[in-house]
Amino acid sequence: MSTSTLGTRPRARRRIPRSVIPWLYIAVPIVLLVTFTFIPVANMFWYSFTEWNGLSKDKEFIGFQNYIELFTRPELFRVFFVSLYYLAGAGVQMVLALYFATILSFNTRFRSFFKGMIFFPSLINGVAIGFAFLYFFQPGGTLDTVLGSVGLEAAQQQWLGNPDIINVSLAGTSVWRYMGLNFVLFLGAIQSVEGTLYEASELDGANRWQQFKYIILPSIRPIVGLSFILAISGSLAVFDIPFIMTGGANGSKTFVIQTVAMAFKFRKVGLASAMAVVLLLIVLFITWVQRRLVPDEKGVRRS
Amino acid sequence: MTGMLKPLKYLTLVAASAATMLPLIAVGFASFKTQTELQSSGPFTLPQQFNFHNYATAFNDGQMASGFLNTVIILTFSITGTVIIGAMTAYALDRFDFHGKKIVYGAFLLAVLVPGVTTQVATFQVVNKLGLYDSLLAPIVLYMGTDIVSIYIFLQFIKAIPKELDESAMLEGAGTFRIFWQIIFPLLKPAIATVVIIKGFASYNEFYIPFLYMPSADHGVISTSLFRFMGPFGAHWEVISAGVVIVILPTLLTFLFLQRYIYNGYTQGAVK
Repeated sequence: MSTSTLGTRPRARRRIPRSVIPWLYIAVPIVLLVTFTFIPVANMFWYSFTEWNGLSKDKEFIGFQNYIELFTRPELFRVFFVSLYYLAGAGVQMVLALYFATILSFNTRFRSFFKGMIFFPSLINGVAIGFAFLYFFQPGGTLDTVLGSVGLEAAQQQWLGNPDIINVSLAGTSVWRYMGLNFVLFLGAIQSVEGTLYEASELDGANRWQQFKYIILPSIRPIVGLSFILAISGSLAVFDIPFIMTGGANGSKTFVIQTVAMAFKFRKVGLASAMAVVLLLIVLFITWVQRRLVPDEKGVRRS
Repeated sequence: MTGMLKPLKYLTLVAASAATMLPLIAVGFASFKTQTELQSSGPFTLPQQFNFHNYATAFNDGQMASGFLNTVIILTFSITGTVIIGAMTAYALDRFDFHGKKIVYGAFLLAVLVPGVTTQVATFQVVNKLGLYDSLLAPIVLYMGTDIVSIYIFLQFIKAIPKELDESAMLEGAGTFRIFWQIIFPLLKPAIATVVIIKGFASYNEFYIPFLYMPSADHGVISTSLFRFMGPFGAHWEVISAGVVIVILPTLLTFLFLQRYIYNGYTQGAVK
């Protein structure tokens, strides 16, 4: 071994056996992983079979009592219907993102301006968005003014006061917030398709719709599939927007708002854990379904 | 595009831009109005004068200075931590064969499936036991310790770095630690940029974690400081609006200056 350039350092290091070295690199991440992911998940399952206020030393084991309560109290179950609004919103969001990604992948004037306009909302702080839209939805506020100026006075509404509309307004805000991210991901995937493919298809007389169906769609199927799954689990785990804007009032309570209230306000950690376990299992199930339905298509992409 | 569809295309693009702008413009206008002016004028009426009175109120009474400071502290430590941890983990998993490697891999894979939002009920107890509740350390360790996606981004990049580089350095007598810091780490720059961008925006915008773990007013970050405007400024939309603009402005400037890197960061982050 040459020591001229490396000095005396290697001598000290040789004492560490090679099989131990990788563990030195991953020790910290593993400790963090176990402490903040695996222990909480394991505890959560255990708490869900107990009655516990989160403070006292003893937890009382009560078997499946929390789960029975969860599935037999309709008001606890109601929150699942609220996620349907966000699920529908996610659908709208995907379609819009796909549409804008497609048209902006072709030559367009002011392309980067429009791209920025559509993307920018997804970078904004959620509390700022929540407040901006509280102002937007106020009676006689921004939205009502816009509707009035185009002759749609009849559509003016108690956007956040009407329990039939509130979840539509909130899901709409969510679409405003997240559509841009989907859009940029789709656009990136579309642009990874080689330009020659379009030229060749044009020579063969393909129109824009055919290009979309046979070139664009297959090339972005993996990312669309992934985004869709994330959107589904996301719509079950909505918290920020409704909590910031309404605190869950007026029938806008979501699963996570309810879980947080149950654990930290009503101090029913056992029941809250049971709710979180149910949510976790649903999300895992959806992910599992996705893995089965949408296999990695990387190799087949350019067939 | 065929002649008939072209106007339609631009119409939808303009509509989308308007949808982005209108809610923000209305807030921008409101932030310059006086309270009486706000009540008597429509949301799209220009303010009579551009004075920054509301901004001063929002910034001072809303404790936004300490909000920004706390955010910057959390951001700096959690990003640095995430980058170092992610790069080291990727290095160990890609460049070494060791007993239990499969299990470690599996553990990280499994963790990526668990959405953090579902487990906070129990994570809270752990954070509390460690004495981190209501301290800046809580979000720092949580952002650092639960970010599996970054590890994946680093893994993707490190796979593309030829192993011959390590080997020739090893022949010259360099130890693994030196190989990592002097050869691998500098080559990971694109991955680091991606992680810094995604992580930077995510931590700046995070609300749930600081809200749950740092209830006291002097531990406010930018999200929770703004959220606390709800109470004291209740109906004062001119002050709330100024607060909203103050929070959005750094995001807007960062976006305008770093556009290209930001698009790349998000696109690459997703292709893991």
